[in-house]
Amino acid sequence: MTDRAPTRRPAPRGLPTWAAMTGAGVLLLASLTLAVTVGPADIAPTDVWRSLGHHLAVALGAAPPGPDPTLGLLRDGIVWELRLPRVLTAAAVGAGLGVAGAVMQSLTRNPLADPYLLGLSSGASLGAVAVLVLGVTVLLPVAAFAGAVLALVAALSLAGSLGTLTPARTVLAGLAVAQLCAAATSFVIFWSATGDSYREILSWLMGSLGGATWGSVSIAGTAVLLLGPVLLANARTLDAFAFGDTAAAALGIGVARTRWSLLTVVALLTGGLVAVSGSIGFVGLILPHAVRLVVGAGHRRLLPLTALLGASFLVWADTVARTVFAPRELPVGIVTAFLGAPVFAFLLWQRRSSSGDLA
Amino acid sequence: MSLRLDHLAWSVDGRVILDGVDCTPPRGALTGLLGPNGAGKSTLLRLVVGAQRPDQGHAVLDDVDLLGLPRRDRARRVALVEQEATTTSPLTVREAVLLGRTPHASRWGGFSARDLSVAATALAEAGIGHFAERRLSTLSGGERQRVHLARALAQEPDLLLLDEPTNHLDVHAQLDTLAVVGGLTARGVTVVAALHDLNLAAAACDHLVLLRAGRVVATGSVEEVLRPEVIEPVYGVRCLVLTHPETGRPVLTFTAR
Repeated sequence: MTDRAPTRRPAPRGLPTWAAMTGAGVLLLASLTLAVTVGPADIAPTDVWRSLGHHLAVALGAAPPGPDPTLGLLRDGIVWELRLPRVLTAAAVGAGLGVAGAVMQSLTRNPLADPYLLGLSSGASLGAVAVLVLGVTVLLPVAAFAGAVLALVAALSLAGSLGTLTPARTVLAGLAVAQLCAAATSFVIFWSATGDSYREILSWLMGSLGGATWGSVSIAGTAVLLLGPVLLANARTLDAFAFGDTAAAALGIGVARTRWSLLTVVALLTGGLVAVSGSIGFVGLILPHAVRLVVGAGHRRLLPLTALLGASFLVWADTVARTVFAPRELPVGIVTAFLGAPVFAFLLWQRRSSSGDLA
Repeated sequence: MSLRLDHLAWSVDGRVILDGVDCTPPRGALTGLLGPNGAGKSTLLRLVVGAQRPDQGHAVLDDVDLLGLPRRDRARRVALVEQEATTTSPLTVREAVLLGRTPHASRWGGFSARDLSVAATALAEAGIGHFAERRLSTLSGGERQRVHLARALAQEPDLLLLDEPTNHLDVHAQLDTLAVVGGLTARGVTVVAALHDLNLAAAACDHLVLLRAGRVVATGSVEEVLRPEVIEPVYGVRCLVLTHPETGRPVLTFTAR
C-alpha cells in the first residue's frame, strides 16, 4: 500500500477545460449569428454583425438613430426587431434552464430532476399568466418566481411526506404539482381570454419564444447573468453533495441551509426564464447529462459549459420550431420534448441496470 | 487528551435512539463500537460528525467540544466513512478523494498545490494511487471502500469515524482496510469504527464500546468486553469465547439460545 501517485492537476476527461469552453463559446457565437439568418428573408451572417454594430453605435451616440442605412428598413427590422431578440432570448433561456437542471440534479441527488419535471416551470407559468390576466405586467418576473417557489415547496414537501426523497417520489410529486399548475394555467387563460385562447394556452404549457422582444432578452438575460454566477460560486459546495447529505455534512457543508438557499436561487432563475418563454421542457434534463459525459462531474466545469451548450441547443431548437412548418410555428417545447423524452427514457432504463432502485 | 463523548442523547418522533452515551475512546487507538442492529451505532457517529444535532451532550476532542465548532472547522478535525455512500456522478477516484479537501480548500478558488499533494498522499496511503483516474463506477466494492477511506484521509482528521467499514467486503479487502486504519492509529489518529463482526473487533480493536438500545452497557479492553456474560444478554445468543492460538486474542462462536 505504498504506491505513490504523482502530484498533478486532476486530469479532465476528454477535452481540456479551456478547449471545451472555447469550443462551446465559438459554437454559441456561430449559432447566434446563423440562426438569425435562417428564415424567409435574404440575410447574410455579416448583415447580423453590421446591424448589431450599427445599433451599438446608435446607443453610444456615434451614429444617428434609426435602422442601419446599408441594410435598409426592412432587413434591419427583421434582424434587429424580430430575430435577434428572439435568438438572444432563446440563448438566455437555454443557458438558464441547463444550469438550473444541473444544480437541481446535484442538490436533490436525482438524475431526473429539472425545472420542468419537478413542476417549477408550470408553477412559474401559472404565476405569470395570473398577473397577465390581472393586467399588472410589471410584476411578471416576480409572479413567475413566486409560482416557481410555491411549486418547488409543494413538490418537495409532497415527496418528503411520502418518505425519503427518492428520485421516483420526487418526480411523481413534481408531476402532480406540474399537472395541477398546468390545469390552473389553462383554466385562467380560457376563462379570461376572448380570442384564440388555445394558442396562448399551448405557448405557456409547451413553451414558445414567438413573442420575444428586447424586454424578454433583458429579463431572461438579467436572470442568467445575475444568478448564474451565484450558482457557479457554489460549485465546490455542489460537488460536496456527490455522496449524499451525511457525506456533505461531514465535509463541513450546512446541508439544509445550502439546499434551500440554492434551490431558491434556481426557482428565481426559472421564474425569470419562464416569464418570457413559458415552460420549455427537457433542456434542463438532457444538457447537464450530455455535458457530464464530456467534462465529468465537477461543477466548475459543468455549469459554464452547460450554460454555453444549453444556449446553443435552444437557439437551434427554436430555429427548427419557427421554420419547419413556416409560416406556422411549433411551440419550441414540442421540439425539445421530441429530443428530450427519449433521453429521459434512456436515463430510466440506465437506472434499471444499476443498483439504484427508483422507488 | 482523547475523545470524550459526554451524555450524547438523540430521539426522533418521541423514540429514543441514544439515551445519554458516555465513553472515552483513547487517542491513537482503534475503538470498536459494537451492538445489535438498532443499538444506535450509526446515529452516534452521525452526531459526532455533526450530520445531526444531538438533543443534549458533547463530543470533546482534545478539550474542544466538536459540536460547538463551526462546520468547516469541525470537518477539518473529524471525518466519516459511511456504510454505503453511493453517487450517480461520473466522478474519478482522484476527484472523489479531492472532495475530502472541501473544508480546507478556499471556497471560491481551485485546489492549491497542498490540496493536491495531500490528496495524492491519501491515494497512496489507501493503496489506490495506480487507479486514480478511473471512474468510481468501474471499481469493485473493496476498491470503492478504499476510495472513501482516502477521501476521509484527505480531510487530515484527528478523529476518523467508520460506519461498518468492512461490510460487504471479502476477507482480503477487510484486512486491507484494517491495515490502512492501523497506519492511521500508529501516527496518532483516533479511530472509532462501528462493527457488526465481533471476531473482527476482537482481532483488530484496541478498545471496545458495547451499545444496547442507545446506552453503553460495557466498555473497556477487548478481553473485558468480549466475555460470554456480557455478550449473551445483549445479543440474545449463547457465546463461547476461545483464545486464538497465534495472537492470543479472543475468538467467539455463537449458538442460538
